[in-house]
Amino acid sequence: MTASSPSTVASDVCMSLQDVTISYGSFEAVKNVYMDLPKGKVTAFIGPSGCGKSTVLRALNRMNDLIPGCSLKGRVIFDQHDLYDKRVDPVEVRRRIGMVFQKPNPFPKSIYENIAFGARINGYKGDMDELVERSLRKAAVWDECKDKLKESGFSLSGGQQQRLCIARAIATEPEVILMDEPCSALDPISTLKIEETMHELKRSYTIMIVTHNMQQAVRVADMTAFFNAEAVEGGTGKVGYLVEFNETENIFNSPNQQSTLDYVSGRFG
Amino acid sequence: MSLSTPPPINHFTERLTLHYDPGLKRNRFNQVANAIAAFFAALAVVPLFLVLIYVLIQGGRLISLQLLTDLPPAPGLEGGGIGNAIIGTIVVTLIASLIAIPVGVGGGVYLSEYAQNGWFSKFVRFGNDVLAGVPSIISGVFVYSLIVATRVFFDQSFSAMAGGIALSVLMLPTVIKTTYEGLLLVPQEMRMGAYGVGASRFVTITQITLPAAFTPIATGVVLGIARAAGETAPLIFTALFSPFWPEGLFHPIATMSVLIFNFAIMPYEAQNELAWAASFVLVIMILGANLLARWISHASRS
Amino acid sequence: MRSAPPIDAFTLRRRPPQEKLIDIGFRQLTLVLAASVGIILLAIFLTVFSGAREAMATFGFKFLTTSAWDPVNEQYGALIAIYGTLVTAILSLLIAIPIGLGTAIFITEDLLPSKLREAIGLMVELLAAIPSVVLGLWAIFVMEPAIRPFLNLLHTTLGWTPFFSTAPQGSGTAPAILILVVMVLPIITAISRDALNQVPIELRQGAYGVGTTRWGAIFNVILPAAVSSIMGGVMLSLGRAMGETMAVTMIIGNSLNFSVSLLAPGNTIASMLANQFGEADGIQVSALMYAAVVLMVLTFVVNVLAQWIVRRLSLRY
Ligand SMILES: Nc1ncnc2c1ncn2[C@@H]1O[C@H](COP(=O)(O)OP(=O)(O)O)[C@@H](O)[C@H]1O
Ligand SMILES: [Mg+2]
Repeated sequence: MTASSPSTVASDVCMSLQDVTISYGSFEAVKNVYMDLPKGKVTAFIGPSGCGKSTVLRALNRMNDLIPGCSLKGRVIFDQHDLYDKRVDPVEVRRRIGMVFQKPNPFPKSIYENIAFGARINGYKGDMDELVERSLRKAAVWDECKDKLKESGFSLSGGQQQRLCIARAIATEPEVILMDEPCSALDPISTLKIEETMHELKRSYTIMIVTHNMQQAVRVADMTAFFNAEAVEGGTGKVGYLVEFNETENIFNSPNQQSTLDYVSGRFG
Repeated sequence: MSLSTPPPINHFTERLTLHYDPGLKRNRFNQVANAIAAFFAALAVVPLFLVLIYVLIQGGRLISLQLLTDLPPAPGLEGGGIGNAIIGTIVVTLIASLIAIPVGVGGGVYLSEYAQNGWFSKFVRFGNDVLAGVPSIISGVFVYSLIVATRVFFDQSFSAMAGGIALSVLMLPTVIKTTYEGLLLVPQEMRMGAYGVGASRFVTITQITLPAAFTPIATGVVLGIARAAGETAPLIFTALFSPFWPEGLFHPIATMSVLIFNFAIMPYEAQNELAWAASFVLVIMILGANLLARWISHASRS
Repeated sequence: MRSAPPIDAFTLRRRPPQEKLIDIGFRQLTLVLAASVGIILLAIFLTVFSGAREAMATFGFKFLTTSAWDPVNEQYGALIAIYGTLVTAILSLLIAIPIGLGTAIFITEDLLPSKLREAIGLMVELLAAIPSVVLGLWAIFVMEPAIRPFLNLLHTTLGWTPFFSTAPQGSGTAPAILILVVMVLPIITAISRDALNQVPIELRQGAYGVGTTRWGAIFNVILPAAVSSIMGGVMLSLGRAMGETMAVTMIIGNSLNFSVSLLAPGNTIASMLANQFGEADGIQVSALMYAAVVLMVLTFVVNVLAQWIVRRLSLRY
């Protein structure tokens, strides 16, 4: 593969990371990641804290642009384009690759407006009421919200807020949804609901999810990437790298690497 | 039987008692210090009461519809009112707000949302603190030299516009600071959420970040306006004074604060009384604005 | 799946070009608005300096050490005003610091129910909101007549010292100092209160844990921990006191004759500007601008020092 022809990516690949290294200032947080994320599947990123899972995930829709000093080397191919090409507009990238964050972050607006905001920005011309309802239904939170659409998004519980944020991401109909530990701040029941939501969503979207919960990865993910971090000589901190990327079943039952086995069997981290 | 010497009870009880002993040196010291602090606190609130009482009594008893709507009398005559000065204060403060609020909010947005803590943003924040410390009379001198003496506005010298500009120089640092600090309080996740659905920076700032910071910004802005409405020094030789109704933005204009200054030092009782009346109106307006600001920040918290 | 959009238009949602222009334009606009602070500051310095140039050339540094203010013979020296500015500001602070600090301690410690403490804090803040011209009016008609007997007493008992050697005569430096106390008190109180509130509770608990009394903790632990912010607040108040105009102008007497006595009329740079600037012409304008430069430099130094103290001393703790 030559460096200047990103379009050689296989057609069932949604995003392709090619020798991606991400640094905060001079500190290299993750190094030399190669990964082909398949279309229409759920991919889970697992690994110990601080190994760079969030960093990689944020790189997929250029969210890292907003962190001063964060820079990326290598290429992230999406739809035949290097997302980090100078001509690419990060705002447009994010319109096609949505994101759900670790902490629920509804806007200080009504529930209805929380959904409508993104759709309007993306130039949605259809029936807004219908879109709001459809998105909330897909995110499995319609029943809890339908009577209080005019109330503030903050009036919902943490789990409901997170599903509202998922609904908000779905409403703009992105091709990919990135989720950074979407359940880490939630109780088990909300977590189950969100996992059900994900099963629904993977019919129409490609999903990448960072999770600390290995059962969750087993339950929702088709593919799993295991990241780890180790101290390098002369470095200022631990440098993250991709250890193994394979079908979830293989990662959990017959991993190729000893460290993966240690991690998934709980002997580690 | 045996008169064995009793243990030195006094000694022990003195060390072991858990009862509060007001005679103890440290406790006496505490009492005295408490009293001094209480005395100082009382001293600190006394002036407020004295000023308020006099303004409310001396000024309040004069308030009438006629006073609020008439022109001031010629020196030596009785009666009259402060109608032109009330309008003038509103006009000049409005001009100042229309300049300082957009400029200040914009500048605050830049510092918090765009600047990356480099030398420029450090310099602007430092400069803002310096500007906040510039004595208000200097802003009057500045606008006088820049606008009044040069007659840039339609060959007019003293004008409401010049007064408003001088006041805006004083308001600007407050607005920038409250905007900047208000925006810093907005959690980063809120911005991320907006970017995550594909919002541009402009949309994120105008539709998410600024509304989220509305309360602290509004509070600070209201306080800034209240402060500007009572300022006198920048107006004395910019807006000047006028015994007549306002003739336009590019003519001298009466304001309550300058009226108080001019009339307080006149040897006529009618004028002195109008100064008290204007103080009453001004203080009510300003305290009202202060309570409004408090209410804004209180209402949003609950 | 969607069909891929053409290579050169990576825009499924196709952001219209004007939207990008708005985005860039808004950023540039706010940049200019932020820069306006620097521009205004620079313009103020340049305007005042250039206005003062003529007087600087004519009077040089002698301006700072002579007290003639004689429009007829065009001789100007700002000593009275500089002296008055420093004396009123410093003395008023010396009075206001213990009162303000005491008040701040009183309303941050649990000596009173919290509602009452909040009420006191609120009242002190409202005092700061009263316009200085209103305080001046009050000083002329209420405060000065009320304290006159006390000032008379000072004169009769301490008249042998130069500071009280003249009989009080209405307006004067002493009433000006008192009204300045009223004006800086809220600032010192508010900043000290914030500083004390920021002392971590652990520190306080630590002090009580080894058996100190309330005031033992205050003097040995809490005040030392808060000292940098308090000092910064004191410096800020000093700057404010030096630049304060209206209330002082109305009560200080605006004297053109030098007197050490606090009971005699005096002058400050700010009140001199307020009184004379509108009617001055010729080199008098320039002399006033020169005085304005002195005032600006004084307040600038004090304010920068205030920021430096806050930043420098707070590192230690
Ligand atoms: N905003 C940031 N600025 C500087 N360093 C960061 C930032 N975010 C993350 N890092 C560093 O990058 C590394 C990876 O972090 P992260 O991607 O958050 O890990 P994970 O999500 O796997 O826990 C960590 O060492 C972390 O300290
Ligand atoms: Mg993370």
